[in-house]
Amino acid sequence: MAQSAVPSASPQAQPAPVPLRVPIREVLPWAVFAAVLGVVLIYFVGAEQGATSLFSGTWVHEFTHDGRHLLGFPCH
Amino acid sequence: MMRSLLVRGMLVGLAAAAVALLIAWIYGEPQVGHAIAFEDAQAHAHGAHEHEPEVVSRTVQKTTGLITAMAVYGVALGGLFSIAFAFAYGRLGRLGARPTAALVALAGFVAVELVPFLKYPATPPAVGNPDTIGSRTTLYFGMVALGLLATTAAVIVCLRLVPRLGVWNATIATAAGFAVVVGAVYRLTPKPDAIPGHFPATVLWDFRVASLGIQLVLWATIGLLFGHLTERAFARRRSPAAAHAAA
Repeated sequence: MAQSAVPSASPQAQPAPVPLRVPIREVLPWAVFAAVLGVVLIYFVGAEQGATSLFSGTWVHEFTHDGRHLLGFPCH
Repeated sequence: MMRSLLVRGMLVGLAAAAVALLIAWIYGEPQVGHAIAFEDAQAHAHGAHEHEPEVVSRTVQKTTGLITAMAVYGVALGGLFSIAFAFAYGRLGRLGARPTAALVALAGFVAVELVPFLKYPATPPAVGNPDTIGSRTTLYFGMVALGLLATTAAVIVCLRLVPRLGVWNATIATAAGFAVVVGAVYRLTPKPDAIPGHFPATVLWDFRVASLGIQLVLWATIGLLFGHLTERAFARRRSPAAAHAAA
């Protein structure tokens, strides 16, 4: 590791490590994928068969009923 | 790097969901029970004979249903959290992994929970008119979107202001601006709340506090545990071989 401009107290303690960044280019595809997947999952836990239904019936609504109320989603 | 962050985020989310589940069982479920008892009593008073057939029994709702909902929500939240962390880490001055994770969790809690909650708080069963579920759902998710947008904007503005005002004053100025924007939207949005006349106020209050507590525990566990584990992983990576610093 290159010597920093700031003199460090002891050779043992590295100068306050400047955190390395994860390049935006590397995060972006994960971000898109995780955002899409996360939104779908949260939709099914929080809203499916409430105001909108992808599947008919009420099973998803009833199954996640308590979680919806307690996590703060409008349930019914 | 990104892979390990994402995996850690999802596992931490699952752990946080387990802690939140305990809070839900201890403080939340009793209030849900009271609310359903009130709902049944109302139905009886209005001459409804026996219960409508249950699609899913109360026992399943309280156990596997709640566990599944919490676990899925926790994993999704933890994964999204790790992405937000990856964007924030190394871009908030010289903050290390633990304070970065704590700040991202705080921002996430404010954006996704606190901003919507203050206007459209969680409602127990029997509260809320089924006819307005469409508009209430739209308003709720709209408020979540507002929280996310306003918080992201606040972070960007704050980082811009820091060189001129210093960290302390920049944070105060940004927080004040955030409060004004959110407060203005609160004033302008409708509130389609329908609390039945004799619904016990204590149940409503206790339910809402429990709901807020569940979310607080969820976010706090994610932020602190993720920060701790990431800090440890980074330290381990740094110490044995400083040679390959580029990850």
